[in-house]
Amino acid sequence: MKQALIEIRDMVKRYPMGTGEFTALEDINLDLCKGEFAGLVGPSGSGKTTLLNIIGSLDVQSEGEVNVLGRAIRELDGKGSARLRSHHIGFIFQTYNLLPVYSVYENVEFPLLLLEIESAKRHRMVMDALEWVDLTDKLKSRPAQLSGGQCQRVAIARAMVKKPDLVLADEPTANLDAENSHHILRTMDQLNRELSTTFLFSTHDQKVIQYLRRKITLFDGKVARDEQMNGVA
Amino acid sequence: MLKFLIKGLFRDRSRSLIPILVVSAGVTLTVCMISFMQGYLRDMIYENARFATGHVKIVTRSFSDMIDQRPLDLALLGVSDILDKWETQPQSAELLWVPRISFGGLLDIPDENGETRFQGEVGGMAVVMRPHSDSRFDPDIERRLLKLDDSIVRGRMPATPGEMLVSEQMFTQLDIPLGHTASIIGSTMFGSMVVHNFTIVGTIEFGIEALDRGGVIIDFADAQSMLDMEDGAGEILGFFPDFEYYPDRADGLKESFNAILTDESDEFSPLMLTEYDQNQLGAFIQYSGYTLGITMFAFVFVMVIVLWNAGLMQGIRRYGEIGVRLAMGESKGHVFRAMIIESLAIGCVGSVIGTAVGLALSYWMQAYGFDMSHYMTNSSMMMSNVMRAHVNLRSYLVGFAPGIGATVLGAAMAGAGIFKRQTSQLFKELET
Ligand SMILES: Nc1ncnc2c1ncn2[C@@H]1O[C@H](COP(=O)(O)OP(=O)(O)O)[C@@H](O)[C@H]1O
Ligand SMILES: [Mg+2]
Repeated sequence: MKQALIEIRDMVKRYPMGTGEFTALEDINLDLCKGEFAGLVGPSGSGKTTLLNIIGSLDVQSEGEVNVLGRAIRELDGKGSARLRSHHIGFIFQTYNLLPVYSVYENVEFPLLLLEIESAKRHRMVMDALEWVDLTDKLKSRPAQLSGGQCQRVAIARAMVKKPDLVLADEPTANLDAENSHHILRTMDQLNRELSTTFLFSTHDQKVIQYLRRKITLFDGKVARDEQMNGVA
Repeated sequence: MLKFLIKGLFRDRSRSLIPILVVSAGVTLTVCMISFMQGYLRDMIYENARFATGHVKIVTRSFSDMIDQRPLDLALLGVSDILDKWETQPQSAELLWVPRISFGGLLDIPDENGETRFQGEVGGMAVVMRPHSDSRFDPDIERRLLKLDDSIVRGRMPATPGEMLVSEQMFTQLDIPLGHTASIIGSTMFGSMVVHNFTIVGTIEFGIEALDRGGVIIDFADAQSMLDMEDGAGEILGFFPDFEYYPDRADGLKESFNAILTDESDEFSPLMLTEYDQNQLGAFIQYSGYTLGITMFAFVFVMVIVLWNAGLMQGIRRYGEIGVRLAMGESKGHVFRAMIIESLAIGCVGSVIGTAVGLALSYWMQAYGFDMSHYMTNSSMMMSNVMRAHVNLRSYLVGFAPGIGATVLGAAMAGAGIFKRQTSQLFKELET
């Protein structure tokens, strides 16, 4: 049995809505092991983002248990959840969310500043990460000077630079064309194999799905199917 | 990390430039307002001191009860003895003494035949303009206090006994030449009638409406003999040698003087008053202080509202950035502290700029002043016609409290909004 990175038991997430409540996720039971390359697939509104936010401790479930790296999400206070994210989790967003006033180098450096890594080591790690995504020639550029594909590669470098245990990527290719989407997926696939980082995506993009080695289908807030895939060889 | 944040702050113009401009403007106004107010009060203190109150003043106890009327019959006698006795005290050396007598009477201008050509009531002031037998009373001090050299419009200062200055306004109305004779018909300190002849040797204008409308000035020694007040004075003003008023020192001197020289059972015994004891000046200064405090508070309040709103709008603009930072694993407390540090930086830069501009304007107002004489023609206030700012250490420091206070408070209020939201919510606002 492989080591479980994420354990979700009988999880429910409700949002307050007007006078009542809206159930966004229901009856979720999931385990994710170290090194998986998995995707949450489902139509818009099916609860993919909500689930990623809870796993990333940006939000809290309403019922059930969620354990990430042995920590119960519900038990974490502000500092605890910040620690979990800063040390163990990298985020990638649909809209890249780079910090516009900082250069490529500085954006990638930011997570390491939070970890208070000393500067020589920091420099090496940033340069490594930018090499993984093939952007060492854009160190000084600002996000506004880059294409969408380049921005998302910076975001991958930012998520990967601290070599986290888990990367959560919410529709990472939704704003990208086919060529850039494939490029990004190949990069992540490679990093997953080389660094055995666990990846969890959300997507409804067919191009992404073909890379997955596990496909978890969400429908209406429930897990509709959970199947192993071949991924790309 | 700090370097990282500050770097971002100053690269983002809308986050740094606009708040810095708001803070600078507010601080400039504060500094100017304070300097101007200080100038106004200082001017008022000095004008009152030199013409009316001194920094301290010695009168008889009963004179002090009717001090507005300056009753001659209650004047101080035995002035030399009083000052001799006081000057055995070590702290007495601090003060310069300026005796004066105020008197009223009829001014009579005769024609060539000795018949009355003009007669009218005048107020008179006797000040030391010639060397006096009591060497403590130095004509140079009055000369400086009343700015006599600058205030003489025609003629010259009295140099021998029996010479008189009249106010320029009155002299113009009298239509007589300099050197003309004028008599004062009045009564002595003890109530007997006296007529004394003077020669008008000059005219004077102080630039203070209340004093310039009508009056005569004669030498102190002439007045002593005319009014039968040998070794007497209406009041003796005391001044600190640098001519700056020090309220606490004045209070200290008053207490020791009165403890030694005032006799509760003798209504003619001397009593010392401070400048703030007179003309309700102390109350006025205190009241001005309150007004200033309230104005400053209102100022800070308005600035906080403006900055908070700016901060709030930025906060919305920055939800994305803050959401990302939280997702990267920065704690909310850390983000909040970072915002406060940023606002401190903004507040400091804005305060420095605002203080520099404010001081420049204030120094300019101090050097050149603002001529108010057109607005003050009917005033009876002891105010100089030119308003000036006064810059002191306080002007340098006073802007920083509202400058830094407002930015930090504004940032804290904007930051509190971020705390109230679920982290995942910050992204939601970003998506839409
Ligand atoms: N903060 C919220 N408050 C209320 N409803 C929400 C909130 N966030 C998401 N939802 C709802 O929960 C459902 C799932 O949303 P989401 O997880 O964003 O879906 P997906 O990412 O799969 O498109 C949607 O119907 C959405 O409207
Ligand atoms: Mg979504």
